[in-house]
Amino acid sequence: MRKVLICFLLLFTFSHAPNAQAFSNQIIQRGASGDDVIELQSRLQYLGFYKGKIDGVFGWSTYWAVRNFQYKFGLPIDGLVGQTTKQKLVRNSKYYKSFVYEQLRKGNSFTHYGGVPLSQQVKARKTNTTQAKKTANTSANVPNGFSQNDIRLMANAVHGEARGEPYIGQVAVAAVILNRVESPSFPNTVAGVIFEPGAFTAVSDGQIWLTPNETARKAVLDALNGWDPSGGALYYFNPSTATNGWIWSRPQIKRIGKHIFCK
Amino acid sequence: MLRILLIAVLSIGVAGTAYWGYREHQQKNAVLIHAENNYQRAFHDLTYQIDLLHDQIGTTLAMNSRQSLSPALAEVWRLSSEAHATVGQLPLSLLPFNKTEEFLANIGTFSYRTAIRDLEKEPLNKEEYATLQQLYKKAADIQQELRNVQHLVLQNNLRWMDVELALATNQKPNDNTIIDGFKTVEKNVQSYKETDFGPTFTSAEKGQKGFAHLEGKNITEKEAKQIAKTFLGLKGNERISVVHSGKGASDGFYSVTVQNPKTKSETYMDITKKGGYPIWVIENRPVKKQNISLNEATMRGLDFLKKHKFKNLELYESTQYDNIGVLTFVTNENGIRIYPEAIKMKIALDDGTIIGFSARDYLSSPTKRQVVKPTLSAAEARAKINPSVQIMEERKAIILNNLNKEVLCYEFLGTLGDDTYRIFINAENGIEEKVEKLQNPEPVYG
Repeated sequence: MRKVLICFLLLFTFSHAPNAQAFSNQIIQRGASGDDVIELQSRLQYLGFYKGKIDGVFGWSTYWAVRNFQYKFGLPIDGLVGQTTKQKLVRNSKYYKSFVYEQLRKGNSFTHYGGVPLSQQVKARKTNTTQAKKTANTSANVPNGFSQNDIRLMANAVHGEARGEPYIGQVAVAAVILNRVESPSFPNTVAGVIFEPGAFTAVSDGQIWLTPNETARKAVLDALNGWDPSGGALYYFNPSTATNGWIWSRPQIKRIGKHIFCK
Repeated sequence: MLRILLIAVLSIGVAGTAYWGYREHQQKNAVLIHAENNYQRAFHDLTYQIDLLHDQIGTTLAMNSRQSLSPALAEVWRLSSEAHATVGQLPLSLLPFNKTEEFLANIGTFSYRTAIRDLEKEPLNKEEYATLQQLYKKAADIQQELRNVQHLVLQNNLRWMDVELALATNQKPNDNTIIDGFKTVEKNVQSYKETDFGPTFTSAEKGQKGFAHLEGKNITEKEAKQIAKTFLGLKGNERISVVHSGKGASDGFYSVTVQNPKTKSETYMDITKKGGYPIWVIENRPVKKQNISLNEATMRGLDFLKKHKFKNLELYESTQYDNIGVLTFVTNENGIRIYPEAIKMKIALDDGTIIGFSARDYLSSPTKRQVVKPTLSAAEARAKINPSVQIMEERKAIILNNLNKEVLCYEFLGTLGDDTYRIFINAENGIEEKVEKLQNPEPVYG
């Protein structure tokens, strides 16, 4: 009976032969993303340590899986995937690379447990999947407390407000939005601050709905990660177009590009 | 014949244009009314919420039993935060209306702090009652003024769209009741100082991140240039310009811009005037390929910090965004992690160079702190944690709690279901100071 099963397994997995090659020689740590992480998650799942989604991002669930693996296999428990950990992993698990990548590309939800036929581990995505994914990663790192949609919304605002400005000026505009969220004098959410009537000209005249470029997105990420070139500013204005006299009375912190940033 | 035809065509054209214009006009009106209604709703909501707020503060004043005081204060908190959100929907941002919003935020903070406190053990003291009374009075003033404006708005059919227009074009409207009314409210609140909240009250505004603790003499522009050169490891053929900060900056600093003629990249950097410490650095250049690992980037970051005399730092968080590694380091002194002393770095994963650095938090936290001895043992602290959380790691740490004070805690990392939590237990009194659910990677949609 068992032999039959093995035969069956072999027959089935023939098209997805386990990959002999493994891991590049980098040390993988928490926060990393990419092909090595996909392999790491797949192998950990094969052995039953990792129960999450194979998405190519080394998050907390992967971290605990690594530590449990290290504990069970008598390795030093540090959560870092170095050469010994990799060797132990490779020796004890299989990795059906082409299978994993095929599913990632198709956007199917799937698992990679050892001892279960691969065909039983795939659930095809319901929506049409004609569009091919650009990267194999199906997840992304985001700064704590924010989602990719928040980033996109802020990037829209930054692009609409400061697209001609130097990079640093765009980071500063994003930082002003965040400073306002923190400040008691303004609404407490990113959307509340951006859409406060009259607060940003780009919102009033609809330029916020232009598609933001990569620079704006990067600037927003920098601001979310804690960079604030504005020096804690709550307002900024363009001196050549500012119509509101009141804004000139604010204490000015510095000038970046065409904008003056103030408290 | 031709003439008749031409007349017919033209008149059809005129009629068509007229009809089209009429449709456009109607559509525009519909949109305007819609926008106007949104403003009206927000305004009437606001006056109603202030009504309720005023009443509710009054109720808490008359209350004696502590069991009912806590929920009543919680209600004050809810109403003030609702009113705060509503103000944000009115087109007032061009009008200086900050004080009123701040006032609402401060009521919220005050009532929240007192509502969550165990009033059986620590009842409201005299000052806090005085504060409540003050708040009651101020809320009455605001309520009066808003009621008055509301009355005029309804009486004279005033429209918010006109206010917005007037504000946007900066015309001085002779008699703009709405603007005047709100200006009165603002003036009223301005006379209300934060100190009236009592000595224990820390403003809702997070402690201004100043560099008051820094030591050293003031540096000159030339010295700032020199510091930038050594810190960024410049070769000497770059163009460097230095600008002094404006008068509004709470602590003076120099902004340095470095243009590299070879790579055409620009690096920006701010340096404190006092002592010449680098506050932050950003270099903007494309990073197209990953050649080194996040781990190697961490090693390089640590080397860099050591080289520039930032002592006792260890890695706390590392995250990869495309081909850039963002690393957070915190001080570790005698086995205690000091979270307020954090330094962030961005490292390009193509050649491992540092393209970002931020030490604002590090520089603004006090350099000297009294080390308190924990009264609780780690095991005692552990017992305070929800038993269904499986604890994986523990250490000692100093964090800023929500009163903005530094406290010594036991930090636990634990899992519950698929999620990971970071839990801080105060090492002196066992209070759960902070529980954070740590973020998992977010799935990419679409």
